Amino acid sequence: MVRTGEIYGINGPVVYIKGNTEFKMAEMVYVGNERLIGEVIALDKERTTIQVFEETTGIKPGELVEATGDAISVTLAPGILNNIFDGIERPLSEIAKDSGAFISRGTKVSSLDLEKRWETHMTVAPGQRIFGGTVICEVQETAAIVHRCMVPPEVEGEVLRVVPDGSYTIEEPLVVLQLTDGTEKELCMAQKWPIRIPRPTQRRYACTKPLITGQRILDTLFPIAKGGTAAVPGGFGTGKTMTQHQIAKWSDADIIIYIGCGERGNEMTQVLEDFSKLIDPKSGKPLMDRTTLIANTSNMPVAAREASIYTGVTLAEYYRDMGYDVAIMADSTSRWAEALRELSGRLEEMPAEEGFPAYLASRLSAFYERAGMMMNLNGTEGSVSIIGAVSPQGGDFSEPVTQNTKRFVRCFWGLDKSLAYARHFPAIHWLTSYSEYLGDLAPWYKDHVSKDFVDCRNQLVTLLNQESSLMEIVKLIGSDVLPDDQKLVLEISRVIRLGFLQQNAFHPDDTCVPMEKQLKMMQVILYLNAKAKALITMNMPISVLKQENIFEKVIAMKYDIPNDKPEMFDAYMKEIDAFYERVLEKNA
Amino acid sequence: MSIQYLGLSEINGPLIALEGVQNASYEEIVEIIIDGKKKELGRIVECYADKAVIQVFGSTDNMSLRNTHTKLSGHPMEIPLSTDILGRTFNGIGQPIDGLGEIVSDIRRNVNGQPMNPVVREYPRNYIRTGFSAIDGLTTLIRGQKLPIFSGNGLPHDQLAAQLVKQASLGDDSDEKFAIVFAAMGVKHDVADFFRRAFEESGVSEHVTMFLNLANDPVVERLITPKVALTAAEYLAFECGMHILVVLTDMTSFAEAMREVSSSKGEIPSRKGYPGYLYSELATIYERAGIIHGSSGSVTQIPILTMPNDDITHPIPDLTGYITEGQVVLDRNLHGQNIYPPISVLPSLSRLMKDGIGAGYTREDHQDLANQLFSAYAKVGDARALASVIGEDELSPIDKKYLAFGRAFEEEFVGQDPNENRTILETLDIGWRLLGLLPREELDRIDTKILEKYYSPQE
Repeated sequence: MVRTGEIYGINGPVVYIKGNTEFKMAEMVYVGNERLIGEVIALDKERTTIQVFEETTGIKPGELVEATGDAISVTLAPGILNNIFDGIERPLSEIAKDSGAFISRGTKVSSLDLEKRWETHMTVAPGQRIFGGTVICEVQETAAIVHRCMVPPEVEGEVLRVVPDGSYTIEEPLVVLQLTDGTEKELCMAQKWPIRIPRPTQRRYACTKPLITGQRILDTLFPIAKGGTAAVPGGFGTGKTMTQHQIAKWSDADIIIYIGCGERGNEMTQVLEDFSKLIDPKSGKPLMDRTTLIANTSNMPVAAREASIYTGVTLAEYYRDMGYDVAIMADSTSRWAEALRELSGRLEEMPAEEGFPAYLASRLSAFYERAGMMMNLNGTEGSVSIIGAVSPQGGDFSEPVTQNTKRFVRCFWGLDKSLAYARHFPAIHWLTSYSEYLGDLAPWYKDHVSKDFVDCRNQLVTLLNQESSLMEIVKLIGSDVLPDDQKLVLEISRVIRLGFLQQNAFHPDDTCVPMEKQLKMMQVILYLNAKAKALITMNMPISVLKQENIFEKVIAMKYDIPNDKPEMFDAYMKEIDAFYERVLEKNA
Repeated sequence: MSIQYLGLSEINGPLIALEGVQNASYEEIVEIIIDGKKKELGRIVECYADKAVIQVFGSTDNMSLRNTHTKLSGHPMEIPLSTDILGRTFNGIGQPIDGLGEIVSDIRRNVNGQPMNPVVREYPRNYIRTGFSAIDGLTTLIRGQKLPIFSGNGLPHDQLAAQLVKQASLGDDSDEKFAIVFAAMGVKHDVADFFRRAFEESGVSEHVTMFLNLANDPVVERLITPKVALTAAEYLAFECGMHILVVLTDMTSFAEAMREVSSSKGEIPSRKGYPGYLYSELATIYERAGIIHGSSGSVTQIPILTMPNDDITHPIPDLTGYITEGQVVLDRNLHGQNIYPPISVLPSLSRLMKDGIGAGYTREDHQDLANQLFSAYAKVGDARALASVIGEDELSPIDKKYLAFGRAFEEEFVGQDPNENRTILETLDIGWRLLGLLPREELDRIDTKILEKYYSPQE
């Protein structure tokens, strides 16, 4: 029997039902004659509270609410990649076919294509004992990615029958197995999973491999590990979205889930256009082949915005279970927090700081804790990394969302307004940012990049810190009065800032830089520093050093040396030697 | 047939409550007749089995608990639309106030609009020439963009907007179908008159549709004005294939009205007393800009807002900046120096600029030149700060050059004659001339090839 209730009251995205309805907490419901999707968020004897994921305009009291018995969940099967969904996994391109350019309400489209037949290779045989996580078949989902369909986590049993390899839809039964209690169960490619519950794993590993992004300030100065978490806070116009786009384009993750949560429609269109054209350097296939977009733009219903973050992380965990490294871009978690605030306000809950509900911190931590490098149920290793943009009100990092996020992430890439105003991009400020992964990743850098990588990196950071304290003096009395060795610190720091930290996302080479080039660039800059310092200690004035164009030359090396010609750096080393000799000769 | 309900159960500011209603739906429009004479419109904002809370668009003066008749319309707020709306003037809820009669049309559209599907959006790429160097050169306006003007009281934002609309619409491709939708929320009579005159003088008033909610008009009406205007804009753009420029002024009044209504509804406030849904509500307005695949029209939005106390971190400009695709910020200091338009270039930004300029759109050097001007002008700020401490004479030679560059930049690049309409090439050439004030090694944002082609130092 279908459990139903009658709508009693409506207030924005929140709908009330009077009386005891026997609905379950977090259950998915259909609301009203248009059967809008909703979720039960509070229950008591007198009334049931439901949040609706679509516009509630035109709903009347007295219309029916129908229970579905399931929690809000997503369908997991081939067809997720190279697709764009709204916050509750409804494909936007199908919605467009159904309702035209504008998203109307109550659209009935299935999450994934149910008609499409996938070329399937079965990987289990009758008699085999299988359990949650066992791969039952493989499907080439896109040119770049093999989709491994798995047994749902809580199922276990012995395979009775298996279909032969061939083409099947995602709902056709492929495997019949006998459960431990003797009953038979059919498995197909598709499985459902509630978005608010993390998919189970065996255990968590320490994060020891970096997520290489090709962005110098990230990879070298503030690296994030595979399975790690990072926050990118910044006021408007400081480049949060650009940073996220760059990581989504160039990072060495296998799968990218890009969540546009309460952001601009045009931005999602841009991602869709760009990623279809751009080629993934690793696989040689279009970037969209490894990407899923979840678009809940700022004018789409607020409850679905709240759900979009969970939808994204659930899809990510599913691909992690197949043994892939997945990276989530959540742009922006502040919009999600504001959705929480908005709904909390409608429910007349007691607000904590700045109107945000008191459970903001626990919701944030629950979300970020779903990241990690895991041993999956089937023994494979996979990771989910979360990179969340934060849009602090007024660019002020002391607001509750930034502060609470800071407690649960281990990487903090603080974007700075004054850098953005001077069009220094990426505008990640080297003094406010940090990464706690550096220690964990040091062995990897030592083995895979170079022994002295971490050492070089630390020297760079030291120079930048010295520069900042010297700038305090310069601001008061000008740079002319500084001794020459301190002037050199300023000059080298300028080289670091312009030549190394600044990176041009629109330059074909500079947009993504391999680790080897990053290391070489660092070495050249530090070599220049060492040689120039030697000259200064011999009482050569800095003005003589600056007459040579070597500093400008080193700044320009990011453009002048193509990514695939690291041997060209040797010429720079020689040139620095020549510069040293020249200065010595001239001033002997 | 329609049932009329006699009397009310509660009146509280702009909100009234009606008990014992049947079949009311959320966001439905109702008509309220006071004493059998005066008519007001209202909208249902909360709705229970036998009670509805109604927001009245007019005034609740003279209403009592017994003298009103309330009629449910059975549908959300709608307006009739046809191309006849061009050249007409309406009030804040879309009723004609120019004495030329009702709009007769079968086409009626729900003013609440629906979110545009990101899949059918077309990424905006064609730039609009506004004739202002500071905008064309550094924060280029793109067709289909939403680019607000952040201003303050007493700054010439109205003049800027009027001139911008005039020059943009009469720009290089005036043969295409264009129109202007102008929505005023809580603006002064003078301001509305100024715009009307400006449109008449520039000869575009046949292409302008005005929606006016003036400062002494009912506050609640303001909440619906931008939605009515954008519904008209979307109709003209996507169904009639026109290029629409929408000017919304002043968004601050809109947000204030929202706060007023929210507080009388007894809602829990978030920042500075504004309701928690301020962001969502602003987004439903700003996001109604763009281009749709397969439609020849576009909606470009230029909202104007006055920053309370010139504070850009105030919730209204702050949330706006997070939704819109950039912003043009006006500066009191430049205005004080008699520079027009007083655009503060550093905090100004156009997010869509990067894809709409360069070779094939404007000129190959545009992006590099803009980056360099931004970066050099940021250094001017540092040099000025230092000069204010140690005096201009003590500055190093290079800092002095930056000071000279800064002055020239503000006067010659940002500043221009009122009514001067510069072409994009003029703008770029002025930019290069100013960069000539700086030595070549300071220009670190420009590709070497471009630098060689365009840079010439001047003494």
